[in-house]
Amino acid sequence: MTELIVMNQPIIVTEPILSVRDLRVHFEVPGEGWFGARKVLRAVDGVSFDLARSETLGIVGESGCGKSTLARAILGLVRVTSGEVCFAGRDLARLAPEQLREQRCHLQIIFQDPLASLDPRMNVGQIVAEPLRSFFPRMTSQERQSKAVEMMGHVGLLPEHINRYPHEFSGGQAQRIGIARALILRPEVVICDEPVSALDVSIKAQIVNLLVDLQAEFGVSLLFIAHDLASVRHVSHRVMVLYLGKMMELAPWDEIYRAPQHPYTQALIQAIPPADPRRARANPAKPLGGELPSPIAPPSGCVFRTRCPYAVERCAQEEPLLRRVGENLVACHLAEQVSKPVGNA
Amino acid sequence: MPGAPLLEARKLNVEFATREGVVRAVSEVDLDLALGEALAIVGESGSGKSQMLLSMLGLTAGNARVTGSARFKGEELLGASEARLNQIRGSGIGFVFQDPMTSLNPYLSIGSQLTEPLRIHKGADRAAAAVQAIEMLKAVHITEPERRMRQYPHQLSGGMRQRVAIAMALICRPEILIADEPTTALDVTVQAQVLSLLREIRERFGTAVVLVTHDLGVIAELADRVNVMYAGKIVERGSVEDIFYHCRHPYTEALQRSVPQLTELRPVRLAAIAGYPPNPMRLPPGCSFSPRCPYRLDICDQSVPPLESVSPNHAKACFYEGPLGITVEMSA
Repeated sequence: MTELIVMNQPIIVTEPILSVRDLRVHFEVPGEGWFGARKVLRAVDGVSFDLARSETLGIVGESGCGKSTLARAILGLVRVTSGEVCFAGRDLARLAPEQLREQRCHLQIIFQDPLASLDPRMNVGQIVAEPLRSFFPRMTSQERQSKAVEMMGHVGLLPEHINRYPHEFSGGQAQRIGIARALILRPEVVICDEPVSALDVSIKAQIVNLLVDLQAEFGVSLLFIAHDLASVRHVSHRVMVLYLGKMMELAPWDEIYRAPQHPYTQALIQAIPPADPRRARANPAKPLGGELPSPIAPPSGCVFRTRCPYAVERCAQEEPLLRRVGENLVACHLAEQVSKPVGNA
Repeated sequence: MPGAPLLEARKLNVEFATREGVVRAVSEVDLDLALGEALAIVGESGSGKSQMLLSMLGLTAGNARVTGSARFKGEELLGASEARLNQIRGSGIGFVFQDPMTSLNPYLSIGSQLTEPLRIHKGADRAAAAVQAIEMLKAVHITEPERRMRQYPHQLSGGMRQRVAIAMALICRPEILIADEPTTALDVTVQAQVLSLLREIRERFGTAVVLVTHDLGVIAELADRVNVMYAGKIVERGSVEDIFYHCRHPYTEALQRSVPQLTELRPVRLAAIAGYPPNPMRLPPGCSFSPRCPYRLDICDQSVPPLESVSPNHAKACFYEGPLGITVEMSA
C-alpha cells in the first residue's frame, strides 16, 4: 500500500479499508462545430485519501465539483482515467469486470432519490433480498426472506412491509429500503451519495441518526457525500472539501469549522446563514463572488483563484499541492496568511 | 388605508377532489401581510404552504375548491375575474419559484421575457421597456446586462437564472414579492447571493416579501414574522425573535432541534422527529401533530387546538401550556 505522503509528512490512517491515490476521471467532450478538436472535462482531478475501518469520511462540495463522479469511479461505475482505488489490497480500477463484480459485494451505495432507485415492480422483500440473489445464487428463498426481514428490522421497517411496493412508501421510508438493500451483504464500505438531500426536514434527522447507528452496529465505513456542510460535518469523522474536481481541504470534523485553512472552505462556511436571527443579522451570509469556471477550461495554477479574495500572482502560475497546516491538509499557497477563525459567531 | 394589510386571508380553505377522496391541503388559515414586511412561511412538503399562496391568486389546479376570503389591498381575489387576476399577478404581486426554469421560457430571449410584462401591464413601448429591463438586470447584479438581454435561459448559470426570474417578478414594481423556495435548488454560495439580493430589494424598493421555505437559516436572516405550518394549518405565528427564541409549539421546537447547525460543538444525536407527516386524506381527529409530539396530552387526540394568542403578535395552536425544552446532548 502506498503511503499518502504530503510534503514529506505521512498522514497516518492505520490499515485503511479503502485507499484512493491520485484518482482522475476525465471525460472527452465534443469540440465546437463538426471538426473542432475534442476537449477534456476534468471531473475528478487528482483526489487521494484513506478511509479507515468504521470511519465516516464526509465529502462536500457544490454542484459540478465532481463528488458524485468520485463516488461512481470508486465503485467502477465510470471508467477511471488514472490513479488507484485500493480496496483490501486490490486496485479496483484495474480489475477485470468479473473480478470487480466479486468485489462489489463489499462496496455498496445509497442514492439521493430513494424512490427513483427502487424498482417499482418489485416488492420490498424482493428489493432488499436482490443483492443476496445475485451474489449467493444457491441461497434458498426462505433464507433470503428471513435475512431480508432481519435487515428490515435494523433499518426500522416492519415485517409486514415485505409484500408492499415502493409507491406505497414515503420518501423517508423508501430511503430505509435503499439502506437495507445496501447493507444486506454486510459490506465493508457504503457510499452515501446525498442520502438525505431529497428528504423532508423532519425526516432527514431520522435517516442521519439511522446511518450513525448502523455504522456503530455493523462497523461499516461510510463515504458521506453531500452539498450541505452542516449535515456532512454532523456525521463525519473527517471532512473533504472538493472544488472543480480537486481537493481543497481535508480536516477533522471539528477543525473544518473551528480552523478552516482554505479560502474556499471559509467561503462555504460564511455562505451558510445560521438558524439564529441575532447571529444571522449581525453577520449575514456572504456570497462568493464570480461564477464557477468551466471544468473544460479550468484556471491555471489554483482552480479557485478566480474567486479567491486572497489570490496573488503565484496562485495563477503554480498549482498548490496538498500540504499539512495544523491538523488539516490544505491545497493553498497562502493558508498560513488567510487562516483565521471564521464562522458566524 | 393606513394599517390595512396589503394581503389578507381569512378562513382560507383549499381542498382537492381526487379519486381516492378529498384532500384538505389548507384549512381555516388566516394570514396578514403588512406594507414592506417580510413574512416567512415555514413547513415541510405537503404542509400546504405553497397551495395557500397559489390559491389566493387563482393559480390552483382545476380540481381545487377554494373557500374563505383573500384580499389584496382590500379587494377580494377569490372569485375575481381572470382578467383582473392577470392584472394583479405581475403588476401588483410578483412570483418567484424554486426552479427558475418554471418561470423562464426557453424559447424566448431574456430581453423579450423581461420587457413583456412592462408592455402588457404598463403599456411601455419597446425602447422604454428595454431601458427599464436593463436597469432591473443591473439591480439584480447581472453583469453585462445589454448582452444578457439577447441571451437565452440555457446560456445562464443556475444562480443567474434565479436572479433573472427575480428581475422578471419585480419589473413592474409589485408591492408584494412571493418567493416560493427561491434558494432550495441553489448551491449555498449562490443562495447567499440571492439572499443578499432579496435584502437589497426590500431596502431599495420597499417590496413586501412572502418567503416560503423550510430552511431556518434563510428565515433567520430575512424574515420579520414567521408562520409555521403543519398539515394545512398554521400552528404557530410570531415575530422572528418569538419563533427562534421563545417558541411555544412543539413542532416549531422539533424543527429547530432536528437541523444540524454549524457551531463549535455538535449534538451526539440529532433530535429527530419520530414518525411521518400525516396523510392529508386521513388527518387524525385531534391535533395533526399529536402522533409525533413528545408533549402530547389526552385532549390532543380528541379536539383540534385553536390558534390562540400567547402574547401580542404571538399565537400557537397547542393545548400544552408547560415549558418546552428538550435538551440535546452535545459533544466537542
